[in-house]
Amino acid sequence: MLTSAIISGIGLGSMYGLIALGFHITYVVSNTVNFAQGSAMMLGAVLGYTFGVRYGWPMPLAMLAALAVCALFGLVVERILVRPFVARGSNAWLMATVAAGIVLDNAVMFTFGKEPRGFPSDWAAQPIRLFGAGVYPLQLVIPLVGIGIAGVMHLLLRHTRRGKTLLAVVQNPDAARLMGINVHRTIAISFMVSTALAGLAGLLIAPLFSVSSEMGTLFGIKAFAVAILGGMGSAWGVVIAGLAYGLIEALVTSFLGSVYTQIVVFSVVILALALKPNGLFGHAAINKV
Amino acid sequence: MTFASHVSRRLLLAAGAASLALIGVGPASAEDTMKVGLVAAMSGQSAKSGEAIVRGLSLALDEINAKGGVLGKKLELVVRDDESNPAKGVIAARELVQREKVVAYFGGIDTPVSMAIVPFANQSKVPFIGVWAAGTKITRNDAPENYVFRVSAVDALVDIALVDYAIKKYGAKKPGMILINNPWGESNEAGLKSALDAKKMTAAGIEKFEGGDVDIVPQLTRLKDAGADALFMVANVAPSAQVVKSLDRMGWNVPVVSHWGPAGGRFTELAGPSAEKVHFIQTFSFSGNSNPKATAVFEALKKKYPEIKSAADVTPAVGIANAYDAMHLTALAIAKAGSTEGPKIREGFYQIGSYDGLIKTYSKPFTPDNHDALSPSDYLFTYFKGAEILPLTN
Repeated sequence: MLTSAIISGIGLGSMYGLIALGFHITYVVSNTVNFAQGSAMMLGAVLGYTFGVRYGWPMPLAMLAALAVCALFGLVVERILVRPFVARGSNAWLMATVAAGIVLDNAVMFTFGKEPRGFPSDWAAQPIRLFGAGVYPLQLVIPLVGIGIAGVMHLLLRHTRRGKTLLAVVQNPDAARLMGINVHRTIAISFMVSTALAGLAGLLIAPLFSVSSEMGTLFGIKAFAVAILGGMGSAWGVVIAGLAYGLIEALVTSFLGSVYTQIVVFSVVILALALKPNGLFGHAAINKV
Repeated sequence: MTFASHVSRRLLLAAGAASLALIGVGPASAEDTMKVGLVAAMSGQSAKSGEAIVRGLSLALDEINAKGGVLGKKLELVVRDDESNPAKGVIAARELVQREKVVAYFGGIDTPVSMAIVPFANQSKVPFIGVWAAGTKITRNDAPENYVFRVSAVDALVDIALVDYAIKKYGAKKPGMILINNPWGESNEAGLKSALDAKKMTAAGIEKFEGGDVDIVPQLTRLKDAGADALFMVANVAPSAQVVKSLDRMGWNVPVVSHWGPAGGRFTELAGPSAEKVHFIQTFSFSGNSNPKATAVFEALKKKYPEIKSAADVTPAVGIANAYDAMHLTALAIAKAGSTEGPKIREGFYQIGSYDGLIKTYSKPFTPDNHDALSPSDYLFTYFKGAEILPLTN
């Protein structure tokens, strides 16, 4: 029971982590987040299904196309729903991005259809035995992708010139602009990366779940809790918090029963934040580049 | 510029003419028609159920209107979307009764929505007829004057049937429950417990899960370790599929006896080949149905809705069949009442003698003590073969 709970927990946890990384990246660059992340995740899965299953494109092409559209969605959100409000010093981007998610969910419902659909994949057809528990190969791929992306992101942000320019933008956009950094473009790119990450999470989870216009909502909420828990400013923190969240969820369900899952998990989140208000791996206002 | 003003003037004239026409026709048509309503999920995950109900009601409505309607008036259906949201359902019910002046109205698939409408129905004294939601307390609501009727399964009775089936078919001695965490799951938890009590049995375990859960292995592992020899499953189609996928991954080949959730969508597509192992309850199936009325209704459906080509295209056949019979029974009740007043229609329901319906031949379907037209003897167990629901012979 322990093995299967750990495997379940790591698989789900890295999924939350992947979406939460999207919250992280826009936050570190622009101090804003896209609350339509859950919807971007749904968009990735729905487009992957539409291109790959309905149109029969080769799966790698379908996935790339889906991710490209997700990135485009991020660009649109940033350009239309975040930038104008931030420029006026307003926090209305908060509500605007929530609204964008609702609009996207409903638009997809009308075009894609109201019924959940199955997304078949060879990687989620035959379970393999691992320490006595059944696992789909895809469940092993998801954590690898999550940890890999967090690693790459950490390296890029902290140890490359390009990454440091990103961080410079959040500290002082005006100074960054004077130093020749294209602030608008940098922020736009961070939003595109963030929605593409969510889209990737959607594509990875789809074969284990089902594809529908409503699938993103719950993931979006849990991923945001994870991002806060990990500390929005740390890529590693977000991924580790995702894994921890997934593990606690699965362990509580296995050993205490499903009735207690939500109560215990969210109590742990509240307790963790009470003890470390900036998240487990966050710092209060980091100010160095 | 001139062109634009030209067009808009012409449009204005047309709009004016249209509105005049509407005013002219309006009152006359209101006198000729009698409105019945529907509050159901027309969007969201359960949208297909709403579509099925509309089809069933419309088909019956066409037949009734072709024979001259009821009390000399044509029936007209007014549909409101509740989005599976109880609050929206109550608002929709109010609108139907107070603004649209419906003489009776039907309910959708969601037990929580119907439960929310019940108090309003009893208070406004306009009959509310459930055609899908199976929550026990919808009809057994303890109101002194009960205006809620139902042509569908009832959880308490379904649960007895599920327990009987698990014992008879699989020799289950210690079944476990895997239930969706909402009022529907709770309604069945109570029903299954008392059905097991009646057989002097106890459940190996009772596990709940959320509609959005991807992985239900932890819950199922608990049931397996507790020694469950069969599972009772209560959830809509997508979460039910997650249960089957999780069982597959565990490699646990346990009999699954299910409420009718899987019937609500593309269960085999969502859950994979093991979906066919799940046996679930239905009130009706077009497949393998020798009743000539079933054939006739199916042909009429295909004619009215060309997108229906085979029985696989009407997978939630219960919604169509329940709605079809409910519409006919309601028309009979109004005819018996000889009036469109709610209290008289309510009495009318009790006076219905015999009606040769799609699901069965109803005989005194409603009495003051029984507001449910269907009983366990009308239930049948079915399974998915590909995209089609087939009845099980035993």
